[in-house]
Amino acid sequence: MTRITRRTLLSGTASLAAIAGLGLLARPAWASTEAAQEAVDAFTGGKKPETGKITLTAPEIAENGNSVPVTVEVDSPMTEGDYVASVTILADGNPNPEVATFHFTPMSGAAAATTRIRLAKTQNVMAIAKMSDGSVYSDQKEVKVTIGGCGG
Amino acid sequence: MFSRREFLAATVALASITGSGLSGRWSRAAAQQRMTEDDLLGASDFGNLTLLHVTDIHAQLKPVYFREPAVNIGVGAVAGLPPHVTGADFLKLYDIEPGSPEAYALTSEDFGALASQYGRMGGLDRIATIVRRARAERGDGNVILLDGGDTWQGSFTANETAGADMIACMNLLKPDAMTGHWEFTYGTDRVNEAKEALPFPFLGSNVFDAEWDEPAFDAWQMFERGGSRVAVIGQAFPYTPIANPRWLIPDWSFGIREEEVARHVEAAREAGADVVVLLSHNGFDVDRALAARVPGIDIILTGHTHDALPEPVKVGKTVLIASGSNGKFLSRLDLDIGKGELKDLRYRLIPVFSDVIAPDTEMSAKIDEVRAPYEAKLAQVIGQTEGLLYRRGNFNGTWDDLICDALLAERDAEIALSPGFRWGTSLPAGSDITVEDLHNACAMTYPAAYRSKMSGDMLRLVLEDVADNLFNADPYYQQGGDMVRVGGMGFGIDPTREIGSRISDMTILKTGEPIDIARDYVVAGWASVNEDTEGPPIWDVVENYLKANPVYTPRENRSVTVKS
Repeated sequence: MTRITRRTLLSGTASLAAIAGLGLLARPAWASTEAAQEAVDAFTGGKKPETGKITLTAPEIAENGNSVPVTVEVDSPMTEGDYVASVTILADGNPNPEVATFHFTPMSGAAAATTRIRLAKTQNVMAIAKMSDGSVYSDQKEVKVTIGGCGG
Repeated sequence: MFSRREFLAATVALASITGSGLSGRWSRAAAQQRMTEDDLLGASDFGNLTLLHVTDIHAQLKPVYFREPAVNIGVGAVAGLPPHVTGADFLKLYDIEPGSPEAYALTSEDFGALASQYGRMGGLDRIATIVRRARAERGDGNVILLDGGDTWQGSFTANETAGADMIACMNLLKPDAMTGHWEFTYGTDRVNEAKEALPFPFLGSNVFDAEWDEPAFDAWQMFERGGSRVAVIGQAFPYTPIANPRWLIPDWSFGIREEEVARHVEAAREAGADVVVLLSHNGFDVDRALAARVPGIDIILTGHTHDALPEPVKVGKTVLIASGSNGKFLSRLDLDIGKGELKDLRYRLIPVFSDVIAPDTEMSAKIDEVRAPYEAKLAQVIGQTEGLLYRRGNFNGTWDDLICDALLAERDAEIALSPGFRWGTSLPAGSDITVEDLHNACAMTYPAAYRSKMSGDMLRLVLEDVADNLFNADPYYQQGGDMVRVGGMGFGIDPTREIGSRISDMTILKTGEPIDIARDYVVAGWASVNEDTEGPPIWDVVENYLKANPVYTPRENRSVTVKS
């Protein structure tokens, strides 16, 4: 019952970083929810995002706050007349809430992206999609970052 | 075949629950009759397929004592709902006679007295008898046996053999599939090696390659039995790399990943499944939430949180089963399956009374064989206990009081921390404590008893963090353990509040002084998930403590005050 995965095919790939210990990281000034709101407004041009169409997938609890996998997918036909122009990811508890922005064209075929982000404490991660007609959609999820050490 | 316990005046309730009448009480077959193997196992020929479920055996090959929790608080939407009902309330809810065999099996009420009357429960050879009988009655091809995991860890022999003792015995039982949690604490290589040698699939729809984010385990399997197609989706413990050391399994990432479960349910239906079963190690509250969010699952065989419920819990069209732990129970579901649908079911939580159910001779011989090299060591007496030693409960238990006392004394610490594990068997008052008993409470692959300095503020953060794993109002954020046990320090806790405001009144017990947030304290603990943890194994610490203090006297522990 051996599975062939990319890992078994590419033997000896780099292992992931070891987990942080009990000690907390020194904390810089965190972005406020106001700062995150400003970043949202800057991306949307002040438009209030609607729900639906965009799905943000992230773990409920991070296994490693230094590298949290997040995936965004936007439901769109991706035609010249109707496509996703860009998607931005924000983390409202990071020193700088803007994490990444992905740009798409109809040639992209699908509006989906996966990346890993660093979260040093429990916070909301938000994804906002800007469509070719100017409408905006958002989804968000709270990702918990535990200090570990005594879970059982 | 039967011992003195044949004379028991009551029979164990045999729940006979149909799919439509799940709110009924746990009905007794008959009052005032002797308990026999037939009472426990005799079955009607309802339906066309039988599903058997065991979970969280924690490497208990032999019958054990296991006291269910006296405190098991539910928060948010599930406050006061099973499994968050204990003691006398549990007896009342399910209409169980105090002092009866089912009261002994399912609650903490009068546990010490009833343990001497009703004896040990479980034993894989008794479970083998139940499985063999079901297969004989229904026909081999009409039975599916599923193992919910936490099978390979929890005893001296399992730890010595990296689970090989359990694997050898479980293979005799011939499960059709399993999933896991503590299995992963043997590390990537051992899990891969063991998994590949299994004659049945180890399923984990939520185990992914950490780097490539692609499935690392088979997610589900279709079984054609009894003229029906039954899809079984496996779900490993979602927070294994957080609650247990990630460095032991760096290649794997977990998580609830409900979208994966939903995807597999759809795929199974498209492949013609008449019934979809989730073999889960999510924990009961997580599964109750998942059942409401992922449509199309007929049955969730829950695990991880060690709950034993005599009736199914129904969420929409999904039936949730809680089969207990440590081999105390086996769940039997007789299913009436039509084309493309589960029409009806009968459920029985079978209590494995070891003096009533005859051991299967083949399994007994295998258990003796795997234990033989260690028997002398296992039986070695290292102390005595004057009172009941038990672990389960949200805040403390006497086993962890003993462990914390040992840590404080042997590691010369001001404060001791012992993780809120839910495994660990019980030991009646007046018993010798053997090496086997001690290891049943602490056998693991990362046992180092550390000694370090921690600020008062860090201690508070640790307590808040663990409390949120237990009492977060959203079950998807719960990790399914109990609260970390604390020696030398008392505190107050309000489970209904949010992280950061649950813990109060942290106090050094010896002096009555409040904890100083800015001061450093000497803290001893064990089972840290950090790779570089140093210290002697916890069992050496407790054994040394018992050498100096050979008779342990458990005391009432009032160091945690629950507020709400």
